[in-house]
Amino acid sequence: MKVTFPHMGNQFIATKVLLDELDVDTVLPPECSKDTLEIGTKYSPESICLPLKINIGNYIESIRQGADTILISGSCGPCRFGYYSILQKEILQELGHDLDFILLDPPQGDYKKFFSRVCKLANTKNPIKIISALAKGTRILYQVDALDEIAYYKRPRQRKIGEVDFYLDKFHKEVRGVKGFQAVSELIAETRQSLLNIEEDPTKEVIKVGIVGEIYTIIEPFVNLNVERKLGEMGVQLDKSLKVSRWLTEHLYLHPLGLSMEKEIVKEAKPYMKTMIGGHARETIGYSVKYAKEGYDGIIQIYPFTCMPEIVAQSILPTIEKDFDIPYLCFIVDELTGDAGYTTRLEAFVDLLRRRREMKQNEKLLSGY
Amino acid sequence: MTVKIGIPRGLWFYDYFPLWKTFYEELGAEVVLSNPTNKNLLDQGVKNTVDEACLPVKIFNGHVIDLKDRVDYIFVPKMMSVYEKEYICPKFCGLPEMVRHSVANLPPLIDTEINFNRSRKHIWKTVYEFGSYVTKNPFKIYRAYQQALLAYQDYKDKISQGMLPIDGFITPEGKQLKPKVKPNKKIALLGHTYHLYDSTGSMNIIKKLQDYGVEILIPEMINLKVINEKASTLEKKMFWSYGRKVLGTALYLKENKEIDGAIYVSAFGCGIDSVVEDLFERWTRKEGDIPFLLITVDEHTGEAGVNTRLEAFIDMIDWRNRDEGNLPAHG
Repeated sequence: MKVTFPHMGNQFIATKVLLDELDVDTVLPPECSKDTLEIGTKYSPESICLPLKINIGNYIESIRQGADTILISGSCGPCRFGYYSILQKEILQELGHDLDFILLDPPQGDYKKFFSRVCKLANTKNPIKIISALAKGTRILYQVDALDEIAYYKRPRQRKIGEVDFYLDKFHKEVRGVKGFQAVSELIAETRQSLLNIEEDPTKEVIKVGIVGEIYTIIEPFVNLNVERKLGEMGVQLDKSLKVSRWLTEHLYLHPLGLSMEKEIVKEAKPYMKTMIGGHARETIGYSVKYAKEGYDGIIQIYPFTCMPEIVAQSILPTIEKDFDIPYLCFIVDELTGDAGYTTRLEAFVDLLRRRREMKQNEKLLSGY
Repeated sequence: MTVKIGIPRGLWFYDYFPLWKTFYEELGAEVVLSNPTNKNLLDQGVKNTVDEACLPVKIFNGHVIDLKDRVDYIFVPKMMSVYEKEYICPKFCGLPEMVRHSVANLPPLIDTEINFNRSRKHIWKTVYEFGSYVTKNPFKIYRAYQQALLAYQDYKDKISQGMLPIDGFITPEGKQLKPKVKPNKKIALLGHTYHLYDSTGSMNIIKKLQDYGVEILIPEMINLKVINEKASTLEKKMFWSYGRKVLGTALYLKENKEIDGAIYVSAFGCGIDSVVEDLFERWTRKEGDIPFLLITVDEHTGEAGVNTRLEAFIDMIDWRNRDEGNLPAHG
């Protein structure tokens, strides 16, 4: 059994550690590239959202390297992500790839089936081994997300532009060859240290932007055209509303127990949206309000074309923009998104934010306090 | 003074309007329907909705604008789920919010939440909440609700007999049975009800097909039990009520082969269709060998192009029936 899984930002590092710890043979899909997208677009339904297209590209590139089993997670609606597995299976079957799918859905009451799937993947019935591997994977996930957090802080402040990404790129290359929790953890610690040692330029004026939207597009750098790097080098420190580590804790550990870390977000979103409507629309709204209240300079929403929950959020966000007097920019990505147009819009937005800040400071100066 | 309640002629309207209309009329309110979709109304809707929303949502906003100055309340319930462990499109779930933030100067909305995802136990509470906009008397609400259910059942029966509510007007009995041309082929017509029955949104596709001499089969005409049975054989439960109906129909048609072709009408950018349509096509066209036509509409679709495609499709079916003997090639 050679297991592969779709990409989603840094998640592959944690999933790899999890599978390594379970002694499962893995095929790591090549990094998302133009080829991945092209393959995916060719075989997917025309109007499906971008993540599915990239997923299909990932699978086919992995299949070429010998993968025969696919591991994916799922949900039970109302967003179409819940039916990804079935559609993907149909697509791959039609292409003549007879693969095994291991689906890690929320159990919805059927725990027996869920555990049998986990056991099938782990190739063991030893619960201690499974739980310890899961714990290790989760820890790695938190560590890489913390690494990103440092990068968000350092990028706009680095004296030599590009230094942060030099270390991060190096890390991403090396981590593919490293096996097991211990080794990966050490590599992360090492990278963390080099990032922290990067020299800062204290004269740089840093503005803060919150990124909200659909989880896949804000996390996968290939899909959002590396927005964090682009913004970082324009002198923007950013925060993302969703992180894989947070998502996992919320859905895998807390949700079945009826707990949630997102109470605050739900409360912030309440005046604008009363209930959850699937996807991450409520989080998009809640985090936008939160960022506005915390004094961020702007909000950027990113989502894949035709994403249903985000369209609802998009029609509400202009109201938040008005209510809190915070500029808002919406990016919709699909397979035709061009890099240059995207960069121009980002630059214009950042210019606007800088100008606004200057004006505010001058106002204070002139009014005398 | 009676309360005026406006019901927009869009989205769930075509599934449920007799239920809501009878309910509020029994309670003594005056029910005002918006005008059937027309060009002006569509333009208003397009102007007041985010670009990315699908055509039906834009049309719906147009209807809300049409109503907003002449009623006390606009009826925009928050439809989350109508069956257990099933959902409706996320845009339905967020519809009241979308309307409120897209259209300015609205009267109050009746935006009670309809959510039977966990269970149907609290159905009475939901009904009471709906009724409480007119009266606080639970007995009156209960009686009105029973009347409404009767009207709703009657409506469903009529549709299953082939009387289709185009623009919300049930075709008079007999008219459906005697189209201009005697039907000589049967085509399954799939698509959201708010699409098929809206003569502007669907460019009158039902009438066009009937004029071509096509007998139309819609999923509502197939026994619901059969559809549910077929849908329960799906590998993973389809969590959209509409999707389950369509996929059940696909499986049924694949085996029965009682139709000469299938036409799927979809809105551009519809998330549910992107999944359901694709699976439907795979199962009926590729596995069931049934001719299949997909028509995607948005606010720019030209009617002439649709006509041409329909004609070509029907010609193709005619040739197929005439020339293609279903005999095996080797005798």
